[in-house]
Amino acid sequence: MLGKGILKGMGETARNFFGSYASEDRLVTVQYPEQRLPQIEAMRNFPFLVFDGTDPVQGLRCVACQICEKECPPKCIYIVKDSAKKPDYIGKLQFQPKVFDIDISVCMSCQICVEVCPFDAIKMNVEYELSSSDRFGSLLLNKQDLTRPNSYFHKIHPSEAAEVDGRLQAEKEKVQAKARLEAEAKAKAAAAPKPTPAPAPLTPASAPA
Amino acid sequence: MTGPDSSHTHTDTASPPAWRRPTYELRPQAEGDGRMLEISMGPQHPSTHGVFRMDVMLDGERVVKLKPVFGYLHRNHEKIGESTTYLASMPYTDRLDYFCSLTNNWAYALAVERLAGLQVPERAEYIRVILAELTRLQNHACLGGFLLQDMGASGTPLMYAFREREKILDLFEALTGARMMCNYMRFGGCRCDLPPGWLERARALVAGFPRFLDEFEALLTGNEILMSRTQGVGVLPRELAINASITGPGLRASGVNYDLRKADPYGIYPRFSFRIPLGDHGDVYDRYMMRVLEMRESLKILEQALRDIPDGPIIDPKAKIRGFRPKPGEAYARLEGPKGELGFFLISDGSPNPYRYRVRPPSLINLTVLEDLCLGHHVADVVIILGSVDIVLGEVDR
Repeated sequence: MLGKGILKGMGETARNFFGSYASEDRLVTVQYPEQRLPQIEAMRNFPFLVFDGTDPVQGLRCVACQICEKECPPKCIYIVKDSAKKPDYIGKLQFQPKVFDIDISVCMSCQICVEVCPFDAIKMNVEYELSSSDRFGSLLLNKQDLTRPNSYFHKIHPSEAAEVDGRLQAEKEKVQAKARLEAEAKAKAAAAPKPTPAPAPLTPASAPA
Repeated sequence: MTGPDSSHTHTDTASPPAWRRPTYELRPQAEGDGRMLEISMGPQHPSTHGVFRMDVMLDGERVVKLKPVFGYLHRNHEKIGESTTYLASMPYTDRLDYFCSLTNNWAYALAVERLAGLQVPERAEYIRVILAELTRLQNHACLGGFLLQDMGASGTPLMYAFREREKILDLFEALTGARMMCNYMRFGGCRCDLPPGWLERARALVAGFPRFLDEFEALLTGNEILMSRTQGVGVLPRELAINASITGPGLRASGVNYDLRKADPYGIYPRFSFRIPLGDHGDVYDRYMMRVLEMRESLKILEQALRDIPDGPIIDPKAKIRGFRPKPGEAYARLEGPKGELGFFLISDGSPNPYRYRVRPPSLINLTVLEDLCLGHHVADVVIILGSVDIVLGEVDR
């Protein structure tokens, strides 16, 4: 019968139309400004810089190595190294960025800066309501705009942040253990020349006695 | 003048040539006793799926000449690929065919892996197959929707297709962080492991997808208007398809059994049992049906891959993120993208950038037969023929 296929198709449309009243899962749209979808952990939008502790300058993890600047595909990162150094999380003196700009009108949210960063200093933000009528002022983010505390990183990407913290803690402990060993060896070495006259080996604790 | 050859330079004494108004010759209006009309479809025409223009010469309603004009979306992809590092080209491949970013990623990763001799772990291979087949599902579903939209079935089929596509994009987002610009594959594996619960969601989607396909087919496949609009329209003869090196569903609709997943297997495709649908007529209807049937076959692959996916590492430990320099050489790798054979050709000279970076885009090459498909048809059919060829201008222009 001619038109049978058309009627079948119309029936399908009607089923979908009335089905949306019957079952919840047929309602697929979200009324955006009022309703929002839950945050997805893997979501990424634009990069931000992580700092530890409370001071965004002293705690900044970035050491201005400029790897992200070099690897960034659209070249939206601009870094100027500061001549003054500051200690990083393990107490080693490192460079810091004097200028760290990201032009988010150029950034394509590819996450390559995050992957290449050896210091876990740059991570992806999830803020997305960034529209503005000002092209240069508000889309060119400087260091102050970009820094966020580690607690914020924990809030938006909990599992990744926990993994990063664990790794940094392990590294710190390794460095501390190495420093302790070195200090002990040094103490031993310092203690060793003194008891040279005495042939019997003395423990450092008993040596001064 | 001090130059060795001053005869070609302007001197102060010689007067510059007088500016003359160029004389444009008006095209003779009557090529063939005044019935011809040349119209320019695009680049803002909604049916062209992007910025694409067709210079169509019409005899009444019939097409007698058609010249595709493209390049409006040219973004210098290959030259950028040659001037950035290997890794930095990966997010740009997302933007080739922006419907199928994951298959683009995979094709590029395959080429670099062949160049650098990297091995992909088992789990990463499964993830890649799952993502590529999901990409094929959403591309073909959208294509059906767009084709019907072009035919005047305004809204309904496209919205149904997009509803399913959203579910697949949600899966992509949960895994890669982005819905379309996924940037997920890496040389020697994948960027991150599947988040918890992802496989269950994917299984639920695959289990529910046939329902959508049945619905879609009930809506369209038997529709008399669709059949009369598409059957016998835009026939691509088998010989022409082969000679013009058409690939993908367009080639298989003309009855040529050529699918790289079978003809030149890559990844772990030989492990899966699936069939290649073939058409008889090579018309628009066959091209539409190829997509529907391929979606069903993709679901079979997905079921097997989601059942068998093992645990394990997801990236080759030899793969380096920073300072990646493959040894000098060249490699070509290709895969069966949703639109056809997508290939990447790379020459390395041992530096961090490729010396030559070349893309073989299926959309562009499938577009070369557009005139042959359209000749003699109505101008309204040009729209659906273009829709059935399935191009994405990001890939055509690069």
